[in-house]
Amino acid sequence: MALKKVKGNIERMFDKNLTDLVRGIRNNKENEAKYISQCMEDIKQELRQDNLAVKSNAIAKLTYLQMLGYDISWAGFNIIEVMSSNKFTLKRIGYLAASQSFHCDSELLMLTTNMIRKELNSQNQYEAGLALTSLSCYISTDLARDLSNDILTLLSSTKPYIRKKAVLMMYKVFLKYPEALRPAFPRLKEKLEDPDPGVQSAAVNVVCELARKNPKNYLSLAPVFFKLMTTSTNNWMLIKIIKLFGALTPLEPRLGKKLIEPLTNLIHSTSAMSLLYECINTVIAVLISISSGMPNHAASIQLCVQKLRILIEDSDQNLKYLGLLAMSKILKTHPKSVQAHKDLILQCMEDKDESIRLRALDLLYGMVSKKNLMEIVKKLMVHMDKAEGTVYRDELLSKIILICSQNNYQFITNFEWYITVLVELAQMEFGSKQGHVIGSQLMDVCIRVQAIRSFAVTEMGQLLEVYTSTSQFTIMQEVLYAAAWLTGEFASELESPENTLRSMLKYKSLPQHIESVFIHNIVKLFAHIMEKHEAAGNYDAILELSDSIACKMNESIKSGELEVQERASTALIIIDIVKEEIAAKNSSKLMDDIEDPLTSQPEELVASEILSLFKGELNPVAPKAQKKVPVPDGLDLDAWINEPIQSESDSDSEPDNTENLFVKSEKLDYGNKYQYEPTEEDIKKNREARKSEQQNNPNYLKGSLDSEQSSNGHDNVETISVAELNLDLPPLRVLGEKRSDKYLNLHKDKTKDKKKNKKKKKHRKSESSSDENLDVAAVVEVKQVMELPEGATLSDSDSDHHRLDDPHRALDIDLDLPPISEVLAKKPPETVDRPQKEKKKSKKKENKGKEKKPEKHKSEKRKKAKVENLLELDKGADGEPKAENKTKKPKKDKKKSKEKGAKSKTKNSTSGYEEALGISTPTKEIYPS
Amino acid sequence: MIKAILVFNNHGKPRLSKFYQYFAEDMQQQIIKETFQLVSKRDDNVCNFLEGGSLIGGSDYKLIYRHYATLYFVFCVDSSESELGILDLIQVFVETLDKCFENVCELDLIFHVDKVHFILNELVMGGMVLETNMNEILTRIEDQNKLEKQEAGISAAPARAVSAVKNMNIPQQIKDIKLPDLPQAIKDLKF
Repeated sequence: MALKKVKGNIERMFDKNLTDLVRGIRNNKENEAKYISQCMEDIKQELRQDNLAVKSNAIAKLTYLQMLGYDISWAGFNIIEVMSSNKFTLKRIGYLAASQSFHCDSELLMLTTNMIRKELNSQNQYEAGLALTSLSCYISTDLARDLSNDILTLLSSTKPYIRKKAVLMMYKVFLKYPEALRPAFPRLKEKLEDPDPGVQSAAVNVVCELARKNPKNYLSLAPVFFKLMTTSTNNWMLIKIIKLFGALTPLEPRLGKKLIEPLTNLIHSTSAMSLLYECINTVIAVLISISSGMPNHAASIQLCVQKLRILIEDSDQNLKYLGLLAMSKILKTHPKSVQAHKDLILQCMEDKDESIRLRALDLLYGMVSKKNLMEIVKKLMVHMDKAEGTVYRDELLSKIILICSQNNYQFITNFEWYITVLVELAQMEFGSKQGHVIGSQLMDVCIRVQAIRSFAVTEMGQLLEVYTSTSQFTIMQEVLYAAAWLTGEFASELESPENTLRSMLKYKSLPQHIESVFIHNIVKLFAHIMEKHEAAGNYDAILELSDSIACKMNESIKSGELEVQERASTALIIIDIVKEEIAAKNSSKLMDDIEDPLTSQPEELVASEILSLFKGELNPVAPKAQKKVPVPDGLDLDAWINEPIQSESDSDSEPDNTENLFVKSEKLDYGNKYQYEPTEEDIKKNREARKSEQQNNPNYLKGSLDSEQSSNGHDNVETISVAELNLDLPPLRVLGEKRSDKYLNLHKDKTKDKKKNKKKKKHRKSESSSDENLDVAAVVEVKQVMELPEGATLSDSDSDHHRLDDPHRALDIDLDLPPISEVLAKKPPETVDRPQKEKKKSKKKENKGKEKKPEKHKSEKRKKAKVENLLELDKGADGEPKAENKTKKPKKDKKKSKEKGAKSKTKNSTSGYEEALGISTPTKEIYPS
Repeated sequence: MIKAILVFNNHGKPRLSKFYQYFAEDMQQQIIKETFQLVSKRDDNVCNFLEGGSLIGGSDYKLIYRHYATLYFVFCVDSSESELGILDLIQVFVETLDKCFENVCELDLIFHVDKVHFILNELVMGGMVLETNMNEILTRIEDQNKLEKQEAGISAAPARAVSAVKNMNIPQQIKDIKLPDLPQAIKDLKF
């Protein structure tokens, strides 16, 4: 045997150990992969040997390779072999490898249960500690269930080192095996008052983690923590406790009031920045939870802000960062106190550290006012020029837009300025998505602020000119989309529409959705120009213009994109018609000149016909307005009207402006209408086919179904029999108009007196203000409804879904209830010290179902009582439980009498509850000595 | 909770990786890579907090790091940890390493990654801070080292001798000696 050992050692001499491996890898930088695969072979060889020392050497090397990204799960069994060694040195290697490579779904873990249990009960505290540390990395549900009692036993070990680790381990056990929480909780609570500070700190740590996810179950511990907070000097623990209080206060404002004083004391006294910072954070949380302002709270806020200012002014960037972070929390509830430090925040905007600038940007949102908005935005624009990296630029851009557009452009006194800013922004370089933001912002402003349209449209016209005349300028294409659309829609505001039209005609290689907008708006512009010329009798100019448009359309009609093709051909046909008519007119004009000039008077203008294609006021529609449309009585959206028709695809598919902010109800059909005249039959068929397709398509929301009808049906109302349905739909239109009117009026007012913003006064004066206010109220109301459409509890289900993934969900256990009997049945022998309780539990088990109801009620009551208790923190705890019991008994009796079917057993169990009430109060109650 | 502790050098080479949540090996490498990219482009005089990477964590997570000479020490933590507290913890960790290795440098971490793990295990357990008192940590490490030595005892003497010899790098030299390719050599022999 000895000989074998020696032999093994000698063999090892030429095995590579970890150091050799590392050195080898360093020496083989060029063909590292090859070298490592060679080493892997060696390792596999070594693992085949009997000698555990050799194996452990191999495992140590594998652990290193794991760090480099090599999968070592194949060696799982060998790792367990090494773990089972009785030498600490080897074992340690095994456990390390296990903690690095095992995961909780591994089937191998089954093999480790007994081994780890043996280790946990080892005499040597380091062996137990080793097992605990390693286990914490890969504990599975099975392991947690099987070992929870062993770990629980370790909580009362004589060695603080073990106790400490066992306490932390319990948290991992709870996560995997929530049933363990209730029986273990009293023990854990004891550890909060452990003589060893390390154990105490660990227990605080665990409770904090538990309470973070389910704070309401831990309110009862507040007195204990309060005591710890006022007595302990361990900053680590204090930080944790204070953080925990921050999570608890929203649930119990009275606790917050109690906390303010000691926390402010700490803020004044502590020299540790980390503690100071956490104190401030919790004070902020407290102040947020106490909504009504008490006189001395202003002082606390002031103190916090002052201290934060010191942090922000510090040369340490970390403190600066955290200070700004905390400031943003205050900003939400007490914007005024933060505004006082505007200078400081603006200064931080100049900081060289990007993280700090970003934090300061967050705060800027609350800093702006009508007076300083322009100034701040100007600064941001300067930053934009200097900034490197698109992330920061994008952030700056979205912040500029956010700041300006907040509360319906509340702070903008001069919209011309804002349009100019947007145009300037449009000429800078950003990430791909930003053009869309600017574009939609431009459209939003123009549509909602009527007064600015002429200015904006002129700007847009210039933008288009710049784009087409110079190639150097980089203007974001998405902005061109907005520019083209705006100039077309508000063509009447243009100074020289012909110039704009000519520059628009020069477009080249645009993305398809932009190109189609260009084409469409060229037609609009053309119609507008034509009107003028026609009125003046200037037919030649019209013909010339239509020729140049037709020329461009003939190019676009060859586009690969269907949308562009379609638009171009529509435009071509319109132009052709116009040309014909005008030519006819032209010739008749010549005739008229000769004959009687009076006969030409009644003739209709061609331009007005074309313009009628684009007629109609444009109103913003609330994002969820369509969902709001009620389904008319007697309309079954799920029923077939006719059997589905397969062959017909929906040629006039959904309008492409689903992505746009503004739905033009009047104009949805323009694209195809002029290509062919569908008969009523056709339309009907199409509609049905579409409907059936939508119904079969899971991607279609129901809401869009009726919205589609309403918008589509609207301009066919007179022609189609189905139109009757639409009679029930007017709410949508009325709604939409009201909303937009309100916006527009508001903005009219605002922009009218933009130089001296006395909006409020004006509202009071003007007669229409009352109407407006009514409208506002009505709209707000509608909005609320819209945000929560019936049955669409999206947000709810979302949160549910989220919680399902969260292991803490299962840990939402009311700890004030007595432990469940099933758990107790599995309890280890140490429960012997409370045999009384167990008896009661086993009885209760039989009645479990019946008792559920009272359980709930009682727990609530208990909680209330407890919360009251916890506010009298300084009093001795002895008197409390009695008082609590007294107040409760009568109520309980009532409940009992209600439950007629309850048998004598129930009575027993309620007395069990009675005693269990004590769990929430001092621990003496639970353990009858 | 601490989700991961990473140590890598200025070139992004991992020197220690400890994940308290399971990730497959390739994912771990990606995380290290991403974290390195995030951290390495930051100046030394900027703050030590980074709003988490895309691979690890989420909005609740932060990267808190310190840069010492050639090494980055990065902790990925959630909001239940105090930012400044973790910075202190990193300091404690590094100081402990310094005590254990006597003027720690990157080479110590390269060649004794196992020991670094053992030290770390005395500070953090399963993602939770276990101990922050350096003296206590050092005592525990010392005790375990003693245990190891005891165990090694006489039987390990040859092994130690071997490792001492090895450290002179003889085996590597032996292995690295390139004997001429014999058949080729024979062929080359010209009579």
